[in-house]
Amino acid sequence: MNRVPGTGKSRKKQIKYFDYTLLFIIIFLVGFGLVMLYSTSSYNARLNFNGDSAYYLKRQLTASLLGFAAMLVVSRIDYHIWLRLSVLLYAGAFGLCFLVIFIGANINGSTRWLRLGPLSFQPSELAKMAVIVFLSAVISQAPKKIGDFKILCKLVGFTVGPMFLVVGFSNLSTAIIIAGVGACVVFVASPKYLQFILLGLGTAAGGAVLLFTAAYRAERIQVWLHPEEHEKGYQTLQGLYAIGSGGLFGKGLGESMQKLGFVPEAQNDMIFSIICEELGLFGAVCVILLFLLMIWRFLVIANNAPDLFGALMVVGIMGHIAIQVILNIAVVTNSIPNTGVTLPFISYGGTSVAILLTEMGLALSVSRSIKLEMI
Amino acid sequence: MFRCKTFNRKKSMIVFVAVLFMMMFLMGRLVYLMVFCSEYYGRKAEDLHERERDIKAARGKIIDATGTVLATNRTVCTISVIHNQIKEPEAVIAALAKELELSEERVRARVEKVSSIERIKSNVDKETGDRIRAYGLAGVKVDEDYKRYYPYDTLASKVLGFTGGDNQGIVGLEVKYDEYMQGTNGKILTLTDARGVEIENAGESRQDPIDGNNLHISLDYNIQMYAEQSARKALEQKQADSVSIIVMNPLNGELMAMVNVPEFDLNNPFTLNYEAEGTVTEEEKQNLLNNMWRNQCINDTYEPGSTFKIITTTAALEEGVVSLNDQFFCPGYITVEDRQIHCHKRTGHGAEDFTHGIMNSCNPVFIDVGLRVGPERFYDYFGSLGLLKKTGIDLPGEAVTIMHSKENIGLVELATMSFGQSFQITPIQLVTTVASIINGGNRITPHFGVSVQDGEGNLIEKFTYDTSEGMISKETSDTVRYLLRQVVAEGGGRNAKIAGYDIGGKTATSQTLPRSANKYISSFLGFAPVDDPQVMVLVIINNPQGVYYGGTIAAPVAKEIFENILPYLEIPFDAEAAKEAETEYME
Repeated sequence: MNRVPGTGKSRKKQIKYFDYTLLFIIIFLVGFGLVMLYSTSSYNARLNFNGDSAYYLKRQLTASLLGFAAMLVVSRIDYHIWLRLSVLLYAGAFGLCFLVIFIGANINGSTRWLRLGPLSFQPSELAKMAVIVFLSAVISQAPKKIGDFKILCKLVGFTVGPMFLVVGFSNLSTAIIIAGVGACVVFVASPKYLQFILLGLGTAAGGAVLLFTAAYRAERIQVWLHPEEHEKGYQTLQGLYAIGSGGLFGKGLGESMQKLGFVPEAQNDMIFSIICEELGLFGAVCVILLFLLMIWRFLVIANNAPDLFGALMVVGIMGHIAIQVILNIAVVTNSIPNTGVTLPFISYGGTSVAILLTEMGLALSVSRSIKLEMI
Repeated sequence: MFRCKTFNRKKSMIVFVAVLFMMMFLMGRLVYLMVFCSEYYGRKAEDLHERERDIKAARGKIIDATGTVLATNRTVCTISVIHNQIKEPEAVIAALAKELELSEERVRARVEKVSSIERIKSNVDKETGDRIRAYGLAGVKVDEDYKRYYPYDTLASKVLGFTGGDNQGIVGLEVKYDEYMQGTNGKILTLTDARGVEIENAGESRQDPIDGNNLHISLDYNIQMYAEQSARKALEQKQADSVSIIVMNPLNGELMAMVNVPEFDLNNPFTLNYEAEGTVTEEEKQNLLNNMWRNQCINDTYEPGSTFKIITTTAALEEGVVSLNDQFFCPGYITVEDRQIHCHKRTGHGAEDFTHGIMNSCNPVFIDVGLRVGPERFYDYFGSLGLLKKTGIDLPGEAVTIMHSKENIGLVELATMSFGQSFQITPIQLVTTVASIINGGNRITPHFGVSVQDGEGNLIEKFTYDTSEGMISKETSDTVRYLLRQVVAEGGGRNAKIAGYDIGGKTATSQTLPRSANKYISSFLGFAPVDDPQVMVLVIINNPQGVYYGGTIAAPVAKEIFENILPYLEIPFDAEAAKEAETEYME
C-alpha cells in the first residue's frame, strides 16, 4: 500500500517509498484538532477577545500552516543533514530555554514563552525535538559503546541532562517528557535489558518517595484520590463531569456544556474531556486509535530505516507522541495526578503544533529513504 | 548500507507494545467513566448547568359566608443578584441599600458572595421593585411574586392567621388549611454557563403553576364586625386586658364570629400592636409576638365560674336528683366537710326553689345539687358531655381541659366544681358543651371551614364534622332552656334582655388565680331564640377595672351584639311582646 513502485524494474535502482498513511493521519489529526479547537475555544475567545470567537482558531491555523510548510521542506531534505546540524540545533534550543528563565513572558502564571512583537514562542517545545535529534546523532556515532553502562550514563548526562535541568526550571512536565523520550531512545539503542529494568524500578521508587514526602505533591495526591473534596480538584472534577456526561455517542459536535467556562481554559490541556463530552466514548476511542495507528507507523519506519540515526530519531518521535498522548489522557481521566501536558495536534498551542509538524517532516524524511528491497 | 540490528527492532517493538497496553488501559478507564459512571457525572454536570426558577402559584383566597374576601394576594417583588453578571458592584450596593432600606454591609455581603443567584429581599412593594428595575443595573433581578394581603387588616386576625415569606401558613386558618390554599409552584428550567448567563435556545422547559383553591368559611363579616365593635367598646370602657367573643350556630357548630381584642394587623404581623416597654431583645420580641398572636378563645383556659352551672344543672336533671320546685335555703354560705363556702351574696338568698336558685346563681344551691349527683357521677358527666376531650375545632393549638383526676375528687372539690371553679376549660369548650345541651343533646364540632372551591367556583371538597346525638335527653334540654330563659327574663342575666326577642343565658364572674391578685373574668353566655336556638354568644371580659360582675358588664355587651345580629339573622321578632314590655316600663 505504501510502496510506490519506482520507474525502473532494476533492483539496483532506488525504489521510491513514502509513508502516505502517516501523512494522512497527520493531516486528519491536524484537521480534527482545528475543528475541536474551534468548538472548545469559541466561547472563551468570544469572552476574552471582544467577541472574536475564531481568535484561537486563527492563531492555531496560522501555526499549522507554518508547520505544514516546515514539514514539507524537512521531509524533502535528506535527514543526514541533521547529523551535522544537531549540535547547532541543540545549542540553539538550550540557549533559548536558558533565555526564558530570565526574559520569559509570564502567561497564566508560568514563565514559558519568549515574546517577539506579536509572536510568542515556547522554546521547551523545540527542546524536545533538539534532544531527539542530538541524542540520536551522538549514539549513531558510536553505537557499540552504548552497551557499557558507564558510557551510557555519561552520554545521557551530557545530552539529556542539561536540557532537562534548564527546561525543568520553569516547566517540570516538559522536562519529564524530555527525560522519557531520552529513555526511549537509549533503551532502543542499547542491547541490554537488566540495567533498564533496574533503572525503571529505581525511578518508580524514587518518584514515589518524592511524591509522598514533598508537601505540595502530597496534596496533589489527595486531590487525585478525592477530587470532590478538594478545592483544587475543581479542574479535574469538571473534566470528569464532561467525560461522564458524554456517554456512548456524546452530545454532538459543539453541544458541550462544560466548555462554557466550567472546565477552565478548555482548549488547553483538558480538550480531550470536551472531545469525550461532544463525541462520546466512540469518538474518544477513535482518537486514541488514531494516535495508536500513528505510533505503529513510526514503529514501521523506525524498524526499516536505512541507518541507526534515522531509526533512533523516529523512535524518539514515537516516544514523544506516545508519552504526551498517554500522560494527557491519563490526567484528563484522573488516572494519574494532575500535571500539565498537552494533547499533540489537538490542544491549543502554536509552537507545539508547528514543532510537532516539523518532527513529522523528519519522520517522513526517514520514511522516504527506506529502500523497498529491504522490506 | 546499515541495517537495523535485530535487538533494535525488538526493543522498539517492546516500546510499541508497552504503549499499546497503556492506551488499552486508558480506553478501559474511559469505558468505566463514560459507561458506568456516566449517569453519576452526567447528573452532577446537569445540576451545575441547570438553573431552576420558581413561578409562584397564587395562594387560595379565604372567603366568608357572605362572599366577602378576607384574605387575598397582592403582587410584590423579590430582588436578587446574579454575582457573575454584576458589572458595577458599588453602584448595585448603593442602589439596593437605599431602595430596600437595608444596611450597606448586609447588601455588600450578599452582592459579593460568589453564588449563582443570591436573594437580597423578598416581599418588596411593586413600586420599589419598579424603581429598582428602572436603574437598569446589570446582574440585578426583580422577580414578581405574590404576597398575602388582608383587605380588612385586623378583622378576625387571630382566626385567619397569616403567612410567612414563602407564602406558607404560620398561624390560624392559614396553617390549618395550608395544603388546600397553597397550590403548586411552577418552574422554569434554564441552562446557564459558568458565569450564570442563561443560554439562549437551550430548550427552556416550563411547568405552569397551579393556583391554590379558595377556602370558604362560616365566619360572617358583618357579625364579626358587630362583635368586634362591641368588644372594642367594652375593652376601652372597662379598661380590660382583653375581650373575647364567640358567636356560634348551636345546631351545627358553625362559627359566625370569633373576636379577641386587641386584634393585630395581619398585613404587619411582626409589629406589636402596642408600645413595648423599654428595649426588647429579639427573643423577648418573639415571645411578645407569640402572645399577641394567641387566640384566647382556643389557646387559653380559664375557670368558667357560674356559666358552668348550666352543666351542673344538666347533670342533676339527667340524674333526677333535683326538680324545679325543690326547696333550698341559702344562709349566705354552706359547709362542706370542714370548709365553709360562701355565696356571692354574703347575706344569703334565704328560701328559694331550684328555678330561683339558678336565677340568683346561688352557690349553696348548686353545691347541694352537685353533692346529690356525687363525685363519681359528676365526673362521668364531664366525660359524656365531652368536656374531657378537645372540641376538635379546625384551628391549631387548642388547649386541653385542666381537671382533677377522678380519684382526687373529694366533696370539697365537687362543691367547687359545681359552680365552675377548681378546673379550667377553653371558652370554645364551654360554648360547644352548652350548645350541645340546649340543641337537644347533640354534641357538635365547632368549625369555620365549610368548603374548598377552585377559582371558577367548582366544589373541590365539602367538609363534614362529627356530631354525636343523644348525649342527654330531650326533656333535660328543654328544661335547661326554660331555666336559662328565666335567668335572662327575671334573674341575674336581665341586662341582656331585649323586648321582643326570646333570649336565654347565664352570667358568670370568676376570680383568676392567684386569688390574692383580685383579678376577675366577667362573662355571659346567651342564645336566642329559646325554643329554637339559632345563635349563641359568649362574651368574656378579662380583668375589667371597677365593677366586675358578669351580669353588670358582660351581659350588656351580649345584648348589644344580639340587638345587631338578631335582626340581621332574621330571628322572629315579637312586636306585641315588645309593646307590652314598653308599656310595663312606662308604668
